[in-house]
Order: sequence, then structure tokens, then C-alpha cells
Amino acid sequence: MDKIYGRPESIKNRVSTYCPGCLHGVANKIVAEVLDELELREKTICVLPVGCGTLGLFYWNVDMISSAHGRAPAVATGIKRCTPDKFVFCYQGDGDLAAIGLSEIMHAANRGENISIIFVNNSIYGMTGGQMAPTTLEDQYSTTTQKGRNPITEGYPMKMCEIISGLEAPKYVARFSMDCPKNIIKAKAGIKKAFELQIEKKGFSFVELMSNCPTNWGVTPLESLEWMRQNTLKVFPLGVYKEVE
Amino acid sequence: MKKHFMKGCEAIAEAALRAGCTFFAGYPITPQNEIPEYMSKELPRYGGVFVQGESEVASVNMVLGAAATGARAMTSSSGPGISLKSEGISYIAGSRLPAVIVSVMRGGPGLGSIMPAQQDYLQATKASGHGGFRMMVFAPSTIQEAVDYTHKAFDYADRDRNPVMILVDGCLGAMMEPVILPEYHDNCNKQEDWVLDGCRQREPRTVLSVSLTGEPQEQFNIEMAKLYESWAGKDTEVELYEMDDAEIVLAAYGTSARIAKTAIDTLRDEGVKVGLVRPITLYPFPYEVFENLDYKRVKHVLDVEMSIPAQMVDDVRLGVLRRAEISTFGRSGGVIIGVDEIVCEVRRIAEGGAFNG
Repeated sequence: MDKIYGRPESIKNRVSTYCPGCLHGVANKIVAEVLDELELREKTICVLPVGCGTLGLFYWNVDMISSAHGRAPAVATGIKRCTPDKFVFCYQGDGDLAAIGLSEIMHAANRGENISIIFVNNSIYGMTGGQMAPTTLEDQYSTTTQKGRNPITEGYPMKMCEIISGLEAPKYVARFSMDCPKNIIKAKAGIKKAFELQIEKKGFSFVELMSNCPTNWGVTPLESLEWMRQNTLKVFPLGVYKEVE
Repeated sequence: MKKHFMKGCEAIAEAALRAGCTFFAGYPITPQNEIPEYMSKELPRYGGVFVQGESEVASVNMVLGAAATGARAMTSSSGPGISLKSEGISYIAGSRLPAVIVSVMRGGPGLGSIMPAQQDYLQATKASGHGGFRMMVFAPSTIQEAVDYTHKAFDYADRDRNPVMILVDGCLGAMMEPVILPEYHDNCNKQEDWVLDGCRQREPRTVLSVSLTGEPQEQFNIEMAKLYESWAGKDTEVELYEMDDAEIVLAAYGTSARIAKTAIDTLRDEGVKVGLVRPITLYPFPYEVFENLDYKRVKHVLDVEMSIPAQMVDDVRLGVLRRAEISTFGRSGGVIIGVDEIVCEVRRIAEGGAFNG
């Protein structure tokens, strides 16, 4: 009998320690599947962020480096410029990328660094216990906006695909969701597109993956998916924001 | 040997190139702009990469990434920029990566003045980032030394897998002197077993500065403490000038030490028994030189710095341990110490006059 499904070689055989229902595990897996399918594992260097994304350290079966909060695109720039034949991707969350690392992501994108960014957006700081992120929705509860995010004092959710696609240099900017299998399949295709562009030395690619945080949202895993559909996905429209052939 | 007439900052950059530095990232800040400018022009000619970072923070993190690939990598800045780079320097130390950081000092807290000073001794030797790491700090006092120690700094960085700092003031960065340049070396760490280059036919590697549990972090800290302690015995460098019969000892580094030497020559002509201890490594600091002075003879130690308040004097005190009078003399903010000012200060001390320490 043919084996039609298995653990990608780019994922270690290890039990997930993400919170129950967290979609980081899905993001880790589809990235690993694409690395396998494009035969990139043995030339990959993954730049880890600060946050729940750091835990990728336990799961991916590739060379990895940890970076300071928000600095992954700068670290990736140093790596890729020195070893342009290697495959370099950053895996960053929304606090990491859109708050403390806003400068690094914008300028790596603006320089058109030939790297790929996987941006996991769950609208909250997960690892530190549920504080407001730049991507937190209006009126959304967080431990630092306990009456809900008030746009008058805290501003509005920052939409990174919309911002980055306004730059000249990026070659591919797209937002996908991981709330259901159909969208996960689309997300994986987007990651593949992004990674292929880097292999072809075309330049900067940015894939945003809409995610959840049942623990800090204070809902069950299933409720978190429904909450995404009813709330986050309405504020963060899915789609390809920029694609340069 | 052919001599080249070079400006300090450019000589440091050229020395780095010749040490095999193939990656430089930096950000504009006076008085070190000639280093990134020189690198932007010359590095590509050696097959290296120059990136002007969008910030000091980004630049030092680019250096971290480059170092992880086995490249010899460098960045440079001045006090305010080094403050911003502190995060990255700590991560380089925490990740066990080699890198060279050049700090060209200016004068004072905040934006301070852009004029030459030595206001960043404590930043370089005690507080270059969080987490209690240490790094070797070299303080050249001539451009030839700046060249030699820049070259050497890469060797130490690689040996220890730790950042190394070259600390100069704006005088050394801006003035020109004849220098003999070292031969070109294409040194790198590409063959080392910690380099990230894709896990072809081997297990994946990680370069991390994170520990999710206590014991491994403690183990790392213990290992690093041993490394730091090992420097004191074997790597400390110091110059002694006119010290054989000195009763008054000047302690000074970098440009201050050059000025102090001229003052000593004048004072010696007058018969004043004065000498100089010039730390070349500010970390590890040559405590033992101060510990082993003959305190039957040495009555006074005058710490001379282009810093107010004096900073190195804290380390001098630890070596002297109250066995002689210690005072300080300095100008700062970009005011260069005059030879005559040191001469007057030493005369006052020799005559048993007022101390300002």
C-alpha cells in the first residue's frame, strides 16, 4: 500500500506543547510540508522570533537561530547576504513583527531582501499572557485593555499586508487564514508561492497567517475559530495584496 | 614595510578588511561615519557585503546573523548608538557568536557632544548590555595600535565566540598617522561545527540565546564566567612608561595616555619622578599592575581621563586598595586635555598641594 500522508521530514517526531487548539502547530506543519516538497530542508536557516513562535525551536527539523524581539528580519538579512544560496525564512508573531519589530520588517521589505516572512497574526501577545497587540481588534479584551481596545487612546488594528504591499520592492504579499481545512490548503499554497520566489531569487515575500489564541481569548478551541470568522477575518480581509511576476 | 598615511576610522576599517571581515552593517553617527563609508566603498571589492542598517539596532542584529553563517562581521558606532546596539551585543554574547564592535567615543550623556571624549568607559567595560556578559575591550592610543588591535580583535572574537570591542575616542578616529597595515587574511569560521549553513548530511544546528529552563542557563553562565576569568591571566595588556622609579603614577588610556606621556617627559626634565600605567585592555583590566606597585615609593596615583566624572578610576581604586592617594584629573565634553594642565596638576601633587580626588 502506498503511503499517502505522513510526518514531514522538516518536523521532528515530538508531541506538541502548544496550548490546546492553538494554530501554531498547523502553521509549523504546513511550512514544514512546503520545505519538504521544495526539497529545502537541508539548505534552510529559520530565524525564530520572541513569543510563542520561539517554540518552533522544538518542532522544526532544520538549522535555526533565535533573534531578539522583532529583529528577525535584520538577523535574516545578515544571514542571507552572507549565504545567498541558503533558504532563509523568519517566523514572527504580531507583537514581534508589528510592534517592536516594525522598523526591521519595513526596511527588510523595502530593501527587497530575498527572504520569506511567515507572519502569524492572532491579535494578541500570547506568550506573555494576553496583552494588547497592534493587531488587537477594536473593543477586544486583553489584559492591558480590560474594557476593550479603545481606538481613541489605543489606535486601530494595524494591517501589515496592506502596509507592506504599499512598498515598491516586495514581490509577494498575501493574507490567509488557518480557521478551516479549505483555508489551510490555500495558506499552504501561498507559502509555497512565497518560498518559490525566494528560490528563484525574485525577492521579498510576506505571508500573513490569521491565527487564534484560545487561552488568552478565554474561549474554547472551537469557539476561537468561530470568533475568528465573526471578528478578525472581517477586519483583516484575506487575499493576495501584491504579486509581481 | 610600506607606510600608509591614514585617518583613524579608515585605518580601523582597512584593518578589519585585512583581517577577513566580509560583513559590515552600520548606521550614521558622528564621529565614526568614515568607518561605514570606507566599508561601503571597499568591502564589495573584497567580495564582502556592506549594509547600511535602518537603525543601530538593525545593524547589530544583521551582524549577529552574518556571524552565525561563519563570516567575520563588524559594526561600529558611538555612545548613543552603542546604547541602542547593547541589545544586540548581549544577544551576540548570549548566542556564543564572534563579532567586533568599534565604539568611537564622544562626550556626555544623552546626545552629548560630538567632540572627542572618553565618556563611555563604563558602558564599554561594565554595561554593554543586559544579562551580565563580559567582552574584551581594547583601547589603542595610536592609529598603528588601532590597526593592530582591530586585526587581533577578530582573532579573540573567534577564539572565544564572544563579541570584542575596540574603544577609541574621536581624536583617534579623526586624526591621521602613518601606519603599517597587516597582510590580507581570508579568515572565517565557515568550517566550525556551530555555523548555520543548512543541515545537509548532518543533524540540524541551533544558535540560541534562550533557555526555557533554569539549569541549562546556569550551566551556560558558569561556562561563560570561566571564559571571562581566563582572560585575566593571559590576555591582559598594559604599557608601563617611566615607571622604574615613579613616585607619582598616572593612570590613563587612549588619547589621554598620549597626552600624559608628553606631560611626563616635561616633568621628568624638571626632576619629578612620574610614570604612567596605560591599560591597553580595559577588560580584562590590569588590576595586578596596580596591586603590585611598590607603595613604599608610590605615594600618589593620578587618574587622567577625558571624562567627568572619571570612570576608569573605579578600576584603579580596586587595584590600589587605599595604599596610595588617588585623585583624578580630566576634561570632557569634547575639550581635549592640555599637556600643560597635566603638568600643573602633577606639580601640585609633587609639591604636596591640593588634591581634587
